[in-house]
Amino acid sequence: MTLELRNEDRPYLPRGVRMQRDEVRGRMVLVAPEKVIELDDIGAAILLRVDGMARFDQIVADLASTYNAPAEMIAQDVQQFLQTLRGRLYLMVQA
Amino acid sequence: MSVPPPIAMLAELTHRCPLSCPYCSNPVQLERKETELGTEAWTDVFQQAHAMGVLQLHLSGGEPASRRDLEDLTEAAAGIGLYTNLITSGIGLTPRRLDRLEAVGLDHVQLSLQGTTAKLADRIGGYRGGFDRKMAIAKEISARGIPLTLNAVMHRQNLDDLDRTIEMAVELGARRLEVACVQFHGWAMSNRAALLPTRQQTMAVKQTVAGAAQRLQGVLAFDFVPPDYYADYPKACMGGWGSSGLNVTPNGTVLPCHAAQTIPHLAFENVREKPLLDIWRASSAFNAYRGTEWLPEPCKSCERKETDFGGCRCQALALAGDAGVTDPICKKSPKHKEVVKVLLERRFEEDQTLLHRSF
Repeated sequence: MTLELRNEDRPYLPRGVRMQRDEVRGRMVLVAPEKVIELDDIGAAILLRVDGMARFDQIVADLASTYNAPAEMIAQDVQQFLQTLRGRLYLMVQA
Repeated sequence: MSVPPPIAMLAELTHRCPLSCPYCSNPVQLERKETELGTEAWTDVFQQAHAMGVLQLHLSGGEPASRRDLEDLTEAAAGIGLYTNLITSGIGLTPRRLDRLEAVGLDHVQLSLQGTTAKLADRIGGYRGGFDRKMAIAKEISARGIPLTLNAVMHRQNLDDLDRTIEMAVELGARRLEVACVQFHGWAMSNRAALLPTRQQTMAVKQTVAGAAQRLQGVLAFDFVPPDYYADYPKACMGGWGSSGLNVTPNGTVLPCHAAQTIPHLAFENVREKPLLDIWRASSAFNAYRGTEWLPEPCKSCERKETDFGGCRCQALALAGDAGVTDPICKKSPKHKEVVKVLLERRFEEDQTLLHRSF
């Protein structure tokens, strides 16, 4: 299957994957099976909007307006980030 | 030296196990039930680990389900926010125990796979009926939707079944398959003649994993530990000694890696006597090979020193007789010829005999 997210896809973090604050190191992390991924502000901002309800294009639009940035550029970054997670099954989508 | 805190802790709750795999990662001197930490002591260790920065807790063994208090321990760990990963053969788990584990917040299960058929798996595991019981519990795990990784430990006697192994992972609904080729120390070292893969198998496994990872993208993720005797460079053991992970044995001894006790000159400390953080930061065993300052040549002037940190200390000891030298797997190591010699001397058609682990 392709990892590419379509505009109507609703991404979500599956069971066993969650974003949390790493208090000791003062940062946000994604914890997954036998893996911890450090999140920068952009990664955390994207995943905050990944709730299984919001569509890919809505997430992009929300980020574009929040950060006052061009939607095409945001779409590219979000696509790349989410595809990487999807390849490891840290992210899944429902249509 | 400032020491960053560890991310992950492997808690070997017990060395007891119904299986007796000939490559078991437990030490050759197994600890008995009488010396195991109790529920409260383990809970305290989990709290200390969490407070110092551990995010991932691997509940392992032996077979952790051999502990009657596995559910209580999982509850304690999950309750303080640790990500709980149960590393199990499945033997000793029941639907009821799974229900309880799920209810107390178990995050993930890593299920071992010894072979793809009962005949092979039970011979490797040394436990008749083990394969069927494992498959039954695998279906229970899958039916509950508990995130599942299949950990296939591969060696000469089962590498030819890799395609079927991958199929099984998909059929069982695993999200991830670890193709972990046996590393040779401890029990596995005693069985090296019977387990060392051939060069053809080593080439084939790389191709098969790469092909399957592509074909199954988005369905099954792969983690691959290749057979390192045929490699040019060593692995970064533990991602660097004392850098990101630690191991606590059933009696509370704290180790930089699960095989560290094979290194005779290291002295290890115990959570019964000292706080975990002190042991992590200051104990001589953790500082012996931490960072890159201690590295010998050719590592010291090598551009890969921040990549592999000189490789595996236990393997350096096993192959070169000195835990403080470059891992002889490295083609730049003056002792690399020891590895080549092992490969040349091996007559693969012979010696399928296995020495199973025992107390």
